[in-house]
Amino acid sequence: MRRDIVGSVVAIVVLTIGFGLVYPLAMTGVAQVAFKDQADGSQVKRDGRVVGSSLIGQDFRRPVLDANGRPKLDQDGRPVLEADPAWFQSRPSQSGYSANVTFFSNLGPNQKDLADQVKANLDAYLALERPFTPGLTAAGVPVDAVTSSASGVDPHISVANARVQANRVAVVRKAPLDRVLALIRQHTDGRALAVLGEPGVNVLGLNLALDKEFPLR
Amino acid sequence: MTWQGWIQILIYVAALTALTPLLGGYMARVYMGRRLALERVLGPVERSFYRAVRTDPANEQDWKQYARTVLVFSALFWLVLYAILRLQGVLPFNPLRFDGAPWNVTFNTTSSFVTNTNWQYYGGETTMSFFSQMAGLAVQNFVSAAVGMAVLAAVIRGFARRETTKLGNFWVDLTRTLLYILLPLSIIGALVLVSQGVVQTFTGSVSLTTLHGFEQVLALGPVASQIAIKQLGTNGGGFFNVNSAFPFENATSFANFVEMLFILLIPAAATYQYGRMVGRLRQGWALYIAMLVMLTIGVGNAYYQEARTTPALTAAGVHATDAGGNLQDKEQRFGVANSALWSTATTDASNGSVNAAQEAYTGFGEMTPLVNMMTGEVIFGGVGSGLYGMLLVVLLTVFLAGLMVGRTPEYLGKKIQAREVKLVAIGTLYMPVVVLIAAALAIATPAGRQSVFDSGPQGFSETVYAYTSQTNNNGSAFAGYTGFTQPDAPGNKGAAGVTFADLIGGLCMLLGRFIPLLAALAVAGSLATKRPVPAGPGTFRTDSPIFLVLLVGVVVIVAALSFLPALALGPIVQGLTHQLF
Repeated sequence: MRRDIVGSVVAIVVLTIGFGLVYPLAMTGVAQVAFKDQADGSQVKRDGRVVGSSLIGQDFRRPVLDANGRPKLDQDGRPVLEADPAWFQSRPSQSGYSANVTFFSNLGPNQKDLADQVKANLDAYLALERPFTPGLTAAGVPVDAVTSSASGVDPHISVANARVQANRVAVVRKAPLDRVLALIRQHTDGRALAVLGEPGVNVLGLNLALDKEFPLR
Repeated sequence: MTWQGWIQILIYVAALTALTPLLGGYMARVYMGRRLALERVLGPVERSFYRAVRTDPANEQDWKQYARTVLVFSALFWLVLYAILRLQGVLPFNPLRFDGAPWNVTFNTTSSFVTNTNWQYYGGETTMSFFSQMAGLAVQNFVSAAVGMAVLAAVIRGFARRETTKLGNFWVDLTRTLLYILLPLSIIGALVLVSQGVVQTFTGSVSLTTLHGFEQVLALGPVASQIAIKQLGTNGGGFFNVNSAFPFENATSFANFVEMLFILLIPAAATYQYGRMVGRLRQGWALYIAMLVMLTIGVGNAYYQEARTTPALTAAGVHATDAGGNLQDKEQRFGVANSALWSTATTDASNGSVNAAQEAYTGFGEMTPLVNMMTGEVIFGGVGSGLYGMLLVVLLTVFLAGLMVGRTPEYLGKKIQAREVKLVAIGTLYMPVVVLIAAALAIATPAGRQSVFDSGPQGFSETVYAYTSQTNNNGSAFAGYTGFTQPDAPGNKGAAGVTFADLIGGLCMLLGRFIPLLAALAVAGSLATKRPVPAGPGTFRTDSPIFLVLLVGVVVIVAALSFLPALALGPIVQGLTHQLF
């Protein structure tokens, strides 16, 4: 027993130093040398300023203004937001696209709250896109466009979702639709090794390219 | 469902099967004390560690001595981890200035990591300093995994050896596991993950203004080094609250594939290690096949269900079937197929990490993770613990088969007698007893119900899932179920645990770890002393298809007898109704 205790105490100290400090520090050193960009969060810059991470989704909505031109507030005093038609929209987020306080929606398959949320998302999507995509019905709305993602910062939308939004963005930015569709193809991350995962359009990358080629005003 | 989805599942199974003999053969060499190429580099480290802990590597222990060392080591490590988490406010590497966590949730978290469960009531990025994550939690990712693997090695020796009481030296098994299996694989895994975009830095966070003018804070940290061992050691505890759904923890679909492989790699390889160590490769493959069959059924169900819709989506007017499936709380880059495969793998193994919210799965889809855990984590299971759990079920099956034909049951030539059968019964049946009592208490008392988030049958499912997951040392969750509340204040101020959920859950994890561990060691100790009898014409073969059918049958029937009523009140109700709650 005594031997076990002495051995355990020594082992705990050695293992904590070895696997708790030396291992992560060494891996950080190697990673910072070999894969600096990735290790630091794949940061994206525009004009020398960091505007995000290519792996983290962003909010492309704008405040809703009330009759007096002031931002409308909800019951909790937070501004009410709506999709900004000049930009491709990310998937809905349960966490306000937070990349430092993350949580799931945690609503089960039979929850009324979930049905209400998704219904609101669907109505908003149809109201936004139908003027630019005539004949768009609920049956034509991709599921990713109206469901919140797991991380709350899903960087991707489905290709089908991006194609619907392209009609709107092209009109608002006075850009040729063909060119916008080409940008979508450029910013589609395909399946890894041609088989793994699902294709997705990187919204931040797409919006950056779009804004560079067809700036507002 | 798409053909690409099925191809991905097929590729996964093929890759796992190909790696099983490679790694399994290597692991057998590690535990049989053969020379390894890595010893040239790490041999001196290994030998000086033996001197430091004052053990003679040639000095083997019987099952009681082995068990005692495991218990003392785990208990002391429990105390150290508890102290680290409580004191993190005054410890280094705390760039976001987090306070220590409350006592009750720390009891749960500490029990969780020492038992290889990694159930998490806390949110990593909002409560844990880098020191707690690295020197506290990630150390346990290595050590709790290595303890399970060491015990498995000792248990296998009990099956393989004859007329001895000695099962091996715990310190030797622990050290060789860490140095020659977990460390090299973690280094490879961490580098692959960083190359894909999983972060690895000591910068706490980066604040920025997004393209559209919003403030966003990127939480960073030494993540990749922790995620590699989290998957490899069937730990599953995420650096971030949303675990492997968060892009900085699981950046691309390639990273996702590697992480999924890591989840089952060692538990699968253990079947081949077993075959090699008992000198009968067919026995190992037989167990692999039985496990793979159950995995395939599970993932088939999960994928089929998740590719369809849910009552909530249908009520909202969304046409989910054939337009992407149930993508609620799932990531676009993984889609439905990889989410279903992940949730199957992570609950077959007692890993518990998630790349999508389990809570949002369809009623019948969530049956896969839940039933996987209710089998007692023997479909591959945790590193070490999965196979020693399965070996107990094998003995149970042999015993039942013996009863049917009226012969003395034997396994690998050794007679299975009253003592072994009693131990097997304790080691397998404690689980449904603990799960059902804990879940019943949690549902029947106000103290238990305060943890429930969703209304209706989903709230019941949350509760059953929580105690099933914790008792089986899995750690995945219907994450609405809570044992921890945190106000929106900086630095973990004002956070509080939910005492009932924290303590009952922590107790479930400790029982779920140490009861089967001790039962398996005791069985092994008893088997090691026996003299094998040569196989005769009446010997029941344990590598035949008939045995596999019996084995899978026993696993399924024991789970079904124990849990069917609970399942009927939760997921089955939800799968059958269109009603909203």
